[in-house]
Amino acid sequence: MSNEGVDAGRRRFLTLTTVAVGGVGTAAAAWPFLASLRPSERAKALGAPITVDISKVEIGQRLTVAWRGKPVWIIRRTPEMLASLPKVDANLRDPNSNESEQPAYAKNEVRALKPEWLVMVGSCTHLGCSPTFRPDHPAPDVDSNWQGGFYCPCHGSKFDLSGRVYSGVPAPTNLVVPPYKYINDTTLTIGEDHQGAA
Amino acid sequence: MAIVPNPHKTTGVLGWIDDRFPLTKLWKDHLTEYYAPKNFNFWYYFGSLALLVLVNQLLTGIFLTMHYKPDAAQAWDSVEYIMRDVPWGNVIRYLHSTGASAFFIVVFLHMYRGLLYGSYRKPRELIWVFGMLIFFVLMAEAFCGYVLPWGQMSYWGAQVIISLFGAIPKIGPDIVVWVQGDYIPSDATLNRLFSFHVIMLPFILVGLVVAHLIALHEVGSNNPDGVEIKKHKDPVTKIPLDGIGFHPYYTVKDLVGIGVFLMIFLGVVLFAPDGGGYFIEKPNFIPANPLVTPEHITPAWYFGTFYAILRAIPDKLMGVIGMFGAVLILFALPWLDRSPVKSIRYKGPIFKIALALFTVAFVVLCYLGLQPPSPMGTLLSRIGTFIYFAFFILMPWYSAIDKTKPEPERVTG
Repeated sequence: MSNEGVDAGRRRFLTLTTVAVGGVGTAAAAWPFLASLRPSERAKALGAPITVDISKVEIGQRLTVAWRGKPVWIIRRTPEMLASLPKVDANLRDPNSNESEQPAYAKNEVRALKPEWLVMVGSCTHLGCSPTFRPDHPAPDVDSNWQGGFYCPCHGSKFDLSGRVYSGVPAPTNLVVPPYKYINDTTLTIGEDHQGAA
Repeated sequence: MAIVPNPHKTTGVLGWIDDRFPLTKLWKDHLTEYYAPKNFNFWYYFGSLALLVLVNQLLTGIFLTMHYKPDAAQAWDSVEYIMRDVPWGNVIRYLHSTGASAFFIVVFLHMYRGLLYGSYRKPRELIWVFGMLIFFVLMAEAFCGYVLPWGQMSYWGAQVIISLFGAIPKIGPDIVVWVQGDYIPSDATLNRLFSFHVIMLPFILVGLVVAHLIALHEVGSNNPDGVEIKKHKDPVTKIPLDGIGFHPYYTVKDLVGIGVFLMIFLGVVLFAPDGGGYFIEKPNFIPANPLVTPEHITPAWYFGTFYAILRAIPDKLMGVIGMFGAVLILFALPWLDRSPVKSIRYKGPIFKIALALFTVAFVVLCYLGLQPPSPMGTLLSRIGTFIYFAFFILMPWYSAIDKTKPEPERVTG
């Protein structure tokens, strides 16, 4: 083939359109691979609500159950624990839970439907470690004004006995309260409330 | 310039090959006629040692993959099976797990050599950039590998590291789910990290090592004096007067280094394979439990510095930016140093003090990153983080005003 009489404009047009079509094709071919990394149908199906019997939990005790693979704590708080909540207000980043994740019925100081029973996802809102339950106080190794709460061993985030985060720690928001409801006085459903499933 | 086959005009069987593949040319260009400065010292062992450890990791990894099961239900048991039932399995595994720590020791010292003698300066910027990419991929590779035994540290390490993506505003939480392939670290996560660890990242790593060496051989090695040996060549042979052929001179030197290294390395592998809880941490002798975080959770020692920076900053997004920034800022080093000389030998007091402070900060941060959080630790970490970043950010100024000594024309001693 002769190279004489090359139409540069035509060659340029053909090069550009070929690159454009190839680019679109590459993007389309990449999609299935990137999308295959998303949770599979099986992983999604494992998110159903759970039912928990709380009749055997003594006052001051904690029960840990797994919901969607994460720890959910059910803590039966003592009157002293509830009385301690206002004492740490000044140390908290979000005492009224305005920026935190919880159902509307748990957006209060006790962060619960019934003050006695705390139901909470036990994963730190920083990077997802499960904080240690530290009801003991005073505990100067944790905080000078420690009234009991949760202490994350990974990065030192602190939460009070309602899961409200202290200021000056890496965790940005209070611990998450999942949707839940009482079926009767001793049975809870976690992952579903009267407004429907989470 | 067109490629001319067989430039060395070999004959016979070798000639037949050289007419078709540049065997003699490669051998001469990269070994016998690759002229390296004659004044390499102790610090110059760590490049070849890094290559040795890479080969160790690839070989032992191939054999471990023959017995390991990348399945959340079986991974832990398969590692125990390797340790107890596979003939020599415990030694092969410890060569691999200790090899990871050895890799980082060698690479940290190799990078520190660059810092001492200005090996990142013009015209070696791309060698440094390729090296930093190697370091970055190496960290990803080490993280993926640490998850595979699916012990407590594996699980919670994966939880924390993958959650780092969650700090990205708006799309962060969705990215975490996409990366994990599930709502928590699970079988899907373990399986894909296995794929990254044994296929994707090793490919990238080896490719980058080749690019690092090609770039090095293009411009030639730096040396402890930081002066260019190519400035003074023999007028007839065009060989640098201060250069000696890499083979046999440095191959022999490096073999001695390898011998000493193997004595120490195998001593650890055979007599203290968990490195006193630093090479394999104690909680990783407990199977993964998604409901309980170990009380003392720390990263592998080689992430200690960066982890301490993450913990020092009391804000989720800024902490993550600080941690990645601490690695990324190293890429900019060639353009931050404005000193007229390369080597620490001729640099002035300001740079020496800055480097000393940086060294102390790096080591102290590494230590603090492995300790449980405490108020004193947090304070020291914040000071250390400040020094770490100040060393780089202020470098364009203090390196420019520093009083340097004159460089020699030719290499010394």
